[in-house]
Amino acid sequence: MTEQYDAIIIGGGHNGLTCAAYLAKAGRKVLVLERRHLVGGAAVTEEIFPGFKFTVCSYVVSLLRPEVIRELELAKHGLHIMPLLSSFAPMENGDYLLTHADDSSNYHELRRHSKRDAEMFPLFNQMMYEMAHAVKPILATVPPDPSAPGLRGLQDLNYLRKHVQGMSKKSFHCLTKLMTMSVSDFLDEWFETDILKSLMALNGIIGTMLGPKSPGTAYVLLHHYMGELDGAFTAWGAQQGGTGGVSEAIASAARSYGAEIRCNAPVERVLVKDGTAVGVVMENGDEIKAKVVASGCDPTVTFRKLLEEKELPDDLVSAIDNFKYRGSSGKVNLALDGMPRFSALGDDASVQCMAEICPDMDYLEKAYDDAVYGGFSKRPFMDVEMPTANDPTMAPPGKHVMSIFVQYANYALDPYDTRDAQRDAFGDAVVNTLSDFVPNIKDLILHKQVLTPWDIEQRIGLTEGNIFQGELTLDQLFFFRPAPGYSDYRTPVKNYYQCGSGTHPGGGITAGPGRLGALEILRDGNV
Amino acid sequence: MLKKTPFHERTAELCEGESWLDWAGHLSANSYELDHSHEYYAVRTGCGMFDVSPLYKYHVRGRDAMALLDRMSTRNVAKCKVGQIVYTAWCDDDGYIVDDGTIARLGEDFFRLTTAMSLLYWLEDVGFGLEVEIEEVSQEQGALAIQGPTSKVLLQQFTEANLDELKYFRIIETKLAGVPVRIGRNGYTGDLGYEVFMDANDGLAVWDALMEKSDEYKLRPAGHIALDMVRIEAGLVLIDAEFMSATNAMYPIQRTTPFELGLDWVVNLKKSHFIGLRALREEKARGPAWTTVGLQVDVVALEALYARFGMPLILPYHSWTDPVPLYADANKGRYIGKATSGTWSPIMKRYVALARLKPEAAKIGNSLHIEMTVEGQRFTVPATVVETPFFDPPRKRA
Repeated sequence: MTEQYDAIIIGGGHNGLTCAAYLAKAGRKVLVLERRHLVGGAAVTEEIFPGFKFTVCSYVVSLLRPEVIRELELAKHGLHIMPLLSSFAPMENGDYLLTHADDSSNYHELRRHSKRDAEMFPLFNQMMYEMAHAVKPILATVPPDPSAPGLRGLQDLNYLRKHVQGMSKKSFHCLTKLMTMSVSDFLDEWFETDILKSLMALNGIIGTMLGPKSPGTAYVLLHHYMGELDGAFTAWGAQQGGTGGVSEAIASAARSYGAEIRCNAPVERVLVKDGTAVGVVMENGDEIKAKVVASGCDPTVTFRKLLEEKELPDDLVSAIDNFKYRGSSGKVNLALDGMPRFSALGDDASVQCMAEICPDMDYLEKAYDDAVYGGFSKRPFMDVEMPTANDPTMAPPGKHVMSIFVQYANYALDPYDTRDAQRDAFGDAVVNTLSDFVPNIKDLILHKQVLTPWDIEQRIGLTEGNIFQGELTLDQLFFFRPAPGYSDYRTPVKNYYQCGSGTHPGGGITAGPGRLGALEILRDGNV
Repeated sequence: MLKKTPFHERTAELCEGESWLDWAGHLSANSYELDHSHEYYAVRTGCGMFDVSPLYKYHVRGRDAMALLDRMSTRNVAKCKVGQIVYTAWCDDDGYIVDDGTIARLGEDFFRLTTAMSLLYWLEDVGFGLEVEIEEVSQEQGALAIQGPTSKVLLQQFTEANLDELKYFRIIETKLAGVPVRIGRNGYTGDLGYEVFMDANDGLAVWDALMEKSDEYKLRPAGHIALDMVRIEAGLVLIDAEFMSATNAMYPIQRTTPFELGLDWVVNLKKSHFIGLRALREEKARGPAWTTVGLQVDVVALEALYARFGMPLILPYHSWTDPVPLYADANKGRYIGKATSGTWSPIMKRYVALARLKPEAAKIGNSLHIEMTVEGQRFTVPATVVETPFFDPPRKRA
């Protein structure tokens, strides 16, 4: 007898799990099929080296939608996000910039670098909060197609228009600049301290194959300002036990509502009959039937791998084939024998927060130049997180794990002959660069895990290793995500839906696509 | 001039904002870092170390020690075994609460009492004619509360006693880092935790030893802001927030009974005698006028309220203990009580409050309306009566 479900979710990433949880909460019989041995997709914690837990890919949380935390009662299911209150950025000359959680300390620290910037900093933040507040309702809106919006789309567009009209003229102009400028130019209008600008520019380039001087990166900065924690914008946090804990919490919520989650269960394709999805075919040939099927995978997998081309209209096929992934980042995870010491802080102090290797703006742009034609940055930008500074659950007492997000790393194999050679060279570049700032790092390394974009693709299934399931540039956002006319979580195949980060509101641990996708499935009423 | 605790030399160095609270006449840190978040999270994910030395501490010894404490306490102290701690309240003759605290039975005829308010005169009055020796040791003893999931493994590094055998609300005498101490498995945080009492002169030795391992076990000194947030999550009442001591009350309306505080479980009406028993029996028979419950504030409604002003949701950054009125309806037509403490719980992502309510409004699931002020204007938002403790991890008792 064939199994029969109301809904099958392909891919147990955090969005697929979220979609499953919402559908199960609505009383539907739901099955999640995950290819790997554990759920979470890119938000996983794995014990790669005995006793040491790595946030293998995704490592911090900020954009997780508060309504999802609330509606799925994630805190009850183990969501414990500890705030990351400050950032530390060492400079090449031995100085550093350390931002704080409170305005007064920030003022004094910035004043060391520039009296003017110390005064501008709170004004800048105030402006960015206003922008984030202005744009925030978009995150919870199903993108309407402006060329054919329909009644509901008109209502949504009208709401957004009113919301934006409430802004001051100055703010509106600023928003327009954010939408169009490079993050470097945008910050130049505000600040003179290079280390401050390069530290802030990070959020404009993360996960994107663009340099800080490329237009469009200012918007990516704003995207990262929309993260909120406990009602405060731009707050970043780390889940206790790593980001896998976020996925586990969502999975636990889904199970509590009755969803079934199957691991080691790779799907071959979606079963389509007369233009309607009726189930899935597993890699082992088994068929599982369902009234609706949703894919949490990226657009290429969702449309080009899980479906046959004949099921899709030409415009969608070409849009998906043109969708930009261009994985730009890699990950190096270290198991450490003790506390790493940044030379800029002296021997006694330890970094309790994020550390950013981005000593100046040109460093970032050069890092981009190095990788834009292939290969990786010789001296890359690094977003260094050490969860074990606050979290006792990830390494034995006195030991540490270090998560290093590295950019830029090109997906292309060129100029290396083999993936192994590429990976080794990449890992060496990272550790060598880091040792310029953390002299004792090489002595502390017990184990090193290196992931190039290709490794991320192989391991997690993200096309070209793009961590956002597609770049977060304006031309791939909102009603363009993943393609114009297909941004409402539906597909040309009836009863086949999208619910991954390749849809609005995009990548990062937001759970937004999973939630909005589930709500659209329920709205259609076919299950 | 406020007094310094035995740990002041260390706490003063760490207190970045010089933000101190007067706790029973002592300097007590509100928070060590300017932002209290690390301290709050430490209690729930690593462990927090609170200097609780300002607690009043009394040693009660002698043939009638048990009789004295039993006469004072609403609970049956005779049932408290040697090595056990009980949480209790004590009342005046009219059944109004004077204070709450813990009684630890250190020997057959030897007890330690900890209180928020000074109590020597009360103990001496109650003990009139009894064969007891009452010694106030507040200044002579230092006390640290080590609270949080890693507290057990941390303390275990420093003692030969097997902490796995030290059960919830039990106490042992042992050595910690070579210093004679008493370790109680209790606290005011609703988490796995311990209270360590020692001779004041040994305080710094214990502090320094523990701090040596702070990185390994994620130990952080924590202050009052964090403590108040976690005690609300734990649903624990606080003097001068949920109640005023009957001895401090100037006017009858300021007094509170244990039943009104939801402390029914610490009142043993089967006892043959304790101070306030007769009044409490009468109150029980006629039904208390108030009860104390947990509330959950509807943050979606609060967010909508802020949106009216074009503002994003603003959540309280730390706890509050100013009374806030509660109504049966949104238009403030019928007053039904007051919220006495509240906090946004970052761990639970819930806005919770403790509230003193009319019993008819206090059923779990009952919805009511709490006053919220936005931009200087007063509104109400819905809130629901929910179970306490709001946060109750199994490790607390395990």
